[in-house]
Amino acid sequence: MSNLPLIRCYEASIHRGDRCLIADLDWSVNAGELWQVTGDNGTGKTSLLRVLAGLAPNGLVGQCERDGVALYLGHRNGVKADFSPRENLSLNLGSHARFSSKEMDRALEIVGLGHYLDEPAYRLSAGQQRRIGLARLFLPSPRLWILDEPLTAIDVSGVSLIEACVNDQIQRGGAVIFTSHQPLASGTLQRLHLSAGRGVVQRV
Amino acid sequence: MSNVLAKVLSRQVLLAFRRPAAVLNPLVFVGVVVLMMPLGLGPERDVLGEFSPGLMWITALLASLLSVETLFRGDYDDGTLEQLVTSGHSLYFASMGYLLSHWCVAGIPLILCSGLFASMLSMPTEGIAPLMASLFAGTLVLSAFGTLGASITVALRRGGMLLSLLLLPLEVPVLILGAGVVDRAIGGMPIADLLSVMMGLAMLALALAPIAIAASIRISLEV
Repeated sequence: MSNLPLIRCYEASIHRGDRCLIADLDWSVNAGELWQVTGDNGTGKTSLLRVLAGLAPNGLVGQCERDGVALYLGHRNGVKADFSPRENLSLNLGSHARFSSKEMDRALEIVGLGHYLDEPAYRLSAGQQRRIGLARLFLPSPRLWILDEPLTAIDVSGVSLIEACVNDQIQRGGAVIFTSHQPLASGTLQRLHLSAGRGVVQRV
Repeated sequence: MSNVLAKVLSRQVLLAFRRPAAVLNPLVFVGVVVLMMPLGLGPERDVLGEFSPGLMWITALLASLLSVETLFRGDYDDGTLEQLVTSGHSLYFASMGYLLSHWCVAGIPLILCSGLFASMLSMPTEGIAPLMASLFAGTLVLSAFGTLGASITVALRRGGMLLSLLLLPLEVPVLILGAGVVDRAIGGMPIADLLSVMMGLAMLALALAPIAIAASIRISLEV
């Protein structure tokens, strides 16, 4: 395993349209780190994450390097309402790997969808549909996770499930960057606070 | 590499089975147009038969245009395209998957039914096999252009009008070639050369269009 940072931003500025959302960001994310990106609505949290995931290369001025592929789960997490949870995982386009059906069933059971494996997703609640997307976290995945608002529409037990899963990923030597308005309980949480066009690194 | 092609293809085909209306819509459109023609043009066999190659090809083109608009819509709205781009999959093969899926869902049923529709328009029997052959190659080209247009306009909320404007000039040569093949066959002229040109175009479109489709998926997500 290399010791290179998983993400290295050097004098990076993030633009959306004509507006500069974040200027001169110097930031690096190493293996074993958990980062929460905070900031008011509209300060560029999602734009930053999209740039990090490689979705908006033209929004970036400066340098921002990523080591390898990241698992990106955005606001819209690619869950098809016409597919069952099982089909959603096996036909998911977000991953290179081919998962065994055992792995997928296990992941769906962990997120609490064990009884709904073959139920079309449109019959499930909003929170359950989010959980289908989050089941990806319980499958073999890349070292870097970029999660945009993973806790939206998730209940208390779900939040602790995600906390445990994120902590596992950190323990394994991965790194997690997430945005949320509520903190995740973890010993190693670090914050990047975005305000007034600047990203300030806060250690918690 | 082609793992993603198979995945996209099976996703789209499964989706089509879940929403059969999406598959049947273009087919019903062609069927209705074909049924209306004798009412509008009069039922004389000669008149209908003479126009039938052009009519079949025009309706095939419009049906392809009609069905392609929603190709990426769902995957754009629910974030599947974002997942695809961030996964590190080859977008070239994924785009080829979308192209082929449109052809399987909209093109193949039309080719299979075209014999029936053509005989409803009293097309001379020697024209029917060439019609199916020309549709086989032609709908592949139409799907390639259509998928490209759909990927360019997916980020625009109302891209329908723009899509038709973009696609019609590109697709008209296919129409001319396709209808020409059938006309020549009915007239007793050889068609092998024209058919091979069309097949060559189809292969070229299948190989090259995914490059442009992949690029426009990337651009669409940036908005």
